[in-house]
Amino acid sequence: MSLLTVRDLTVEFPGPRGTVRAVDGLSFALERGRTLGIVGESGSGKSATSLAIMGLHAAARVGGSIELDGTEIVGAGREAVRALRGRRMAMIFQDPMSSLHPNHRVGEQIAETRRLHFGASRRRAREDAVRALADVGVPAPRERARDFPHQFSGGMRQRVMIAMALACEPDLLIADEPTTALDVTVQAQILELIAGVQRDRGLAVVLITHDLGVVARVADDVLVMYAGRSVEKAAVAELFTGPRHPYTRGLLGSLPRLDGPPGAPAPIPGNPPDLLSPPGGCPFHPRCPERIDGCATVRPELTGGAHPAACHLLSAPEEAAP
Amino acid sequence: MSALPLTPGRHAAPPPAGRSPWRLAGARLRHDRAALLGLAIVALFVLMALAAPLLTALNGHGPNEFHPEKIDDALAGAPRGSFGGIDAHFWLGAEPGTGRDVFSRMVYGARISLLISLLATAVATTAGTALGLTAGFAGGRTDLLISRVMDLVLSFPQLIFMIALVSVLPEANRTLELVLVMGFFGWPYIGRIVRGQTLSLRNREFVDAARATGMTRRRIVFHEVLPNLMAPVLVYATLTIPVNIGTEAALSFLGIGVRPPTASWGQMMSKAIGWYQVDPAYFVVPGVCLLLTVLAFTLLGDAFRDALDPRGGNR
Repeated sequence: MSLLTVRDLTVEFPGPRGTVRAVDGLSFALERGRTLGIVGESGSGKSATSLAIMGLHAAARVGGSIELDGTEIVGAGREAVRALRGRRMAMIFQDPMSSLHPNHRVGEQIAETRRLHFGASRRRAREDAVRALADVGVPAPRERARDFPHQFSGGMRQRVMIAMALACEPDLLIADEPTTALDVTVQAQILELIAGVQRDRGLAVVLITHDLGVVARVADDVLVMYAGRSVEKAAVAELFTGPRHPYTRGLLGSLPRLDGPPGAPAPIPGNPPDLLSPPGGCPFHPRCPERIDGCATVRPELTGGAHPAACHLLSAPEEAAP
Repeated sequence: MSALPLTPGRHAAPPPAGRSPWRLAGARLRHDRAALLGLAIVALFVLMALAAPLLTALNGHGPNEFHPEKIDDALAGAPRGSFGGIDAHFWLGAEPGTGRDVFSRMVYGARISLLISLLATAVATTAGTALGLTAGFAGGRTDLLISRVMDLVLSFPQLIFMIALVSVLPEANRTLELVLVMGFFGWPYIGRIVRGQTLSLRNREFVDAARATGMTRRRIVFHEVLPNLMAPVLVYATLTIPVNIGTEAALSFLGIGVRPPTASWGQMMSKAIGWYQVDPAYFVVPGVCLLLTVLAFTLLGDAFRDALDPRGGNR
């Protein structure tokens, strides 16, 4: 059985101008020891998905089913989900500059989770925190544990965040744009670190990013999201060599690549849809260069075995997929 | 400091241990002359208030001892001698009409003044922080209710309502009554600030991160949000103290403060009004004391604000 099973997940934000459906019928499964990259533009529902898994949505209506190792999270009691958070599933955030409490020493902040979930004594938890810092490659961890967040660099802070997330040995790690706020050389170090701890501990990792380069580097599988729906799911290599959805092709085409055809990268024209009034049919059809007749009216379903995509081109018999 | 290239160094010789934001503020405070002056004056008055019995033992006059020999009945009770009767035993002169030692009354007045204003500030700060935090964190109907109550209390003309309230309250412990009444009218100011800060802190990333580690709500309130409120609360509380000193003096001046014979600066000033032409020195003593304490606490409050929020302010 999969560690994480998401079935038909919907996340809706009721607002004064109408309801925004940020995630619309998303399904996927994730095994231990695998990394799933979720890719999409801003507003595609990536972060709404991760917050739903963590049970952190306060104002949203969450529907469908999220099972972590057989435990249902959607609709579970607040206290039940709280006990899972940090213990069975942990999360690291985009901006390590603002995700640590400015007034507490980093060692205390890590020790806090040990005390919370394992009832560890103050002294034991402090030792655990030092070990956790050492595990993520913070030099002189015993001394650094006594420092405050403002004394750390950005990359080191993200290491601290990872140490905090991993302190209680969770099964699932959700990394929401973990490298976006970091500069490129530090990005590589942090990705290596995440990949390393994943190998060592057999973690399941959900990596949320808009950066296909990051996905190519660490993910096993990729889920491409558009307007709250998954448009394509594939193993990393397959996605990069044979993208099946026009949106995925557009994303790949908008990347500057050394091994690609010469010339400037081509951006996808237009903007992501307004989720208050999403377009009918396939949500991508207004921007799609390859749209056919049914696209504006019929919503394509995700079909196609091990490498499914939601596109009418794939089911139209006269049109062979390029 | 060990050879860690990652540690940002702000000063040439940083202390070896981790520098907490509070310690950094303390370092900034030590270089602020206005803060040091304010602190010195506050310390002087606090020491004076604490040591009042010792000081009056030195000059030999309690605050409530009458000294008829010090006043001139022919002049309707004006003190004998120049500058309100200052001499080797009466360091700041004698009270007109009664001959009580002005110095002794001043130091005992400092006790009352500081006691009432500090306690009233404590009441207002505690209540304001608790209610503002509740309103900001709970949101929804709780927030609405508490915010409306704050607006209501703030809309009272305070001094008039204080006078009315103190006059109506049964004559029990006047000091306690003043503390509660001043605290009651003071809490919404701090409550508003705390509510606003809590609203912005509630959705900060480190609070989300704490939620993601499974921290309980109670722990998030006390461990994540509250420490970040301490700086504005401290600044505002320090700036509330001089206001309360002034209010206590005003109420005593108007005759509804502490009951005589307990000495208070406002009461001394009210008495001095009738004598200012004959004995201006008697007016100067409580006046200068009030001026200095209010000034000192204000300087200190401003310095706290500058030290705790180095980006804001104009220094």
